[in-house]
Amino acid sequence: MNKQKTYRPQFLLLIAVVIICFFVNISLGSVNIPIKSVFESLFGAIENSTWEVIINRVRLPKALTAILVGSGLGISGLLMQTLFRNPLAGPFVLGISSGASLGVAIVILGSGLFGGFFATALVSKWSIIIAASLGSFLVLLAVLAVSNKVRDTMAILIIGLMFGSITAAVVSVLSYFSSAEQLQQYIFWGFGSLGNLSWDELLIFFGIYLVGIVLSIASIKGLNSLLLGDNYAKSLGLNLKQSRLIIILATSLIAGTITAFAGPIAFIGLAIPHLTRQIFKTSNHKILMPAVFLFGAIVMLICDSIAQIPGSDYTLPINAITALVGAPVVIWLLVRQRQMMF
Amino acid sequence: MGEQTTNIILKANQLSIGYKTKKVESIIASNINFELHKGQLIGLVGANGIGKSTLLRTLIKVQPALSGAITLNGNDLKSTGTLDLAKQLSIVLTEPLSSKNLSVYELVALGRHPYTNWIGNLTENDVSIINNALELVNIIGLKDKKCFELSDGQLQKVMIARALAQDTDIIVLDEPTTHLDMYHKAYILKLLQKLTKDTGKTILFSSHEIDLAIQLCDTMIVMQNNDVVCDQPRHLISKGIFESLFPKDLISFDNNSGSFRVTK
Repeated sequence: MNKQKTYRPQFLLLIAVVIICFFVNISLGSVNIPIKSVFESLFGAIENSTWEVIINRVRLPKALTAILVGSGLGISGLLMQTLFRNPLAGPFVLGISSGASLGVAIVILGSGLFGGFFATALVSKWSIIIAASLGSFLVLLAVLAVSNKVRDTMAILIIGLMFGSITAAVVSVLSYFSSAEQLQQYIFWGFGSLGNLSWDELLIFFGIYLVGIVLSIASIKGLNSLLLGDNYAKSLGLNLKQSRLIIILATSLIAGTITAFAGPIAFIGLAIPHLTRQIFKTSNHKILMPAVFLFGAIVMLICDSIAQIPGSDYTLPINAITALVGAPVVIWLLVRQRQMMF
Repeated sequence: MGEQTTNIILKANQLSIGYKTKKVESIIASNINFELHKGQLIGLVGANGIGKSTLLRTLIKVQPALSGAITLNGNDLKSTGTLDLAKQLSIVLTEPLSSKNLSVYELVALGRHPYTNWIGNLTENDVSIINNALELVNIIGLKDKKCFELSDGQLQKVMIARALAQDTDIIVLDEPTTHLDMYHKAYILKLLQKLTKDTGKTILFSSHEIDLAIQLCDTMIVMQNNDVVCDQPRHLISKGIFESLFPKDLISFDNNSGSFRVTK
């Protein structure tokens, strides 16, 4: 009689919605492909070879990227909110996206300043990915070094914010000396993009993402005891320093690769954990984590379907859509519940 | 005496407590000696700022002792690992919970963490211990409530149940009666007394409710400016310890009734 709630029907429903959104996402786009043909393409032969190419080269990798990005940002946001006991925390509070932005800014905008090696008119995709990874990795190292020294978890939060301010300042200095084309390329990167990933890139992305997810799952028990506060968590036998390190590492790996491959995608990481708490009405990470994973995937797939405007050749910036679609939903939920769940 | 020495659960020897930075060592209290026995209810009292919280924080290993030794179950506290300590000592603090979105059952179940597997799954044994804890504190009816729906008194009971579920030899509570009305103050302390009788656990709490503590505790630790005394309440009264606890201009201790009176 004291069995804890299992939420099985809710999870089955969410999984079903993910699958539906996945196929709808693949079928919609500049050329609309009937769902039936999407099935045929994925599970066997398809008559129309143009559609097959579109699905295999563009739509399928993009839909998979959407799932990785949505779920990954949601989970890293959840990790940060619990670790910092702050409902305003998101995957980027540690300055990871700032680091990535700085790397990209130096590569794109720095070419005007430094000339020579960087002096190509437009920078290739791989150099942007490498620059973003390096940037977020360096910030991660700095945060890890600091978190080893600082006892107070809140201090890490402030330090992350400071990193953000420093990079923003450097970026604005760089942009002052940059050409219009370079600025435009940098701004376009900042819009975020789920497309353009080849299968090879997707594989690397998935590999690092997976390590981060495994670390997150391993932290579930520790996260639950952190809900009581640091001192209680320690009194329950939790190795505070080690758990904090693993949580920060998991977030950095997930959010860092996402920023490197898809750009700094805002909002999802902050909003998805709140959305999930409101709907599932729990703070238990054993339930929250898989639910956040599924919600993140669903929201990202829907946002991507909207961003590519079915039937037209335009693609809107994904960063704008996530906020436009997501923010009203979160506001509506908070107003309706009148109770901030955390 | 022989029986008593084998029953010692927590012992402080020449303990000195306070805060240490790189350069300065600020001692808050020193020369602290006491022995706490199994199954007893122990009250820690003293004026504001005398170092009750510092002493408790040192005893639960949140901050290190400046010098001296603390022995828990015959082992040096310094060399006791975090997980090992979690199975011997549980705490109830004054700091608010980070999240009040947990249900009472979930929160009490967190007490089983030192014993559960990597993801925190509860075995049948864990479930029966949790239910037993809920029953002992008489909050079975609250188990599906969220913590933000509870009153201060109810929440305190839930936190005590959580400590019970941790199944440790000793439970340490920092001012468990603050924010409670007179009835609930008495209720909580009476509950603690009942728990020591029912479970054989040792319970140490700090409090400003000296009158209640004198009536309910087996042993009291009294912290004063230059002395820390540990004895049975009636001995402490006959030694006149409580009379010198506060400045006499406002309140004085009445030895006959064992309580404080406002000076008229």
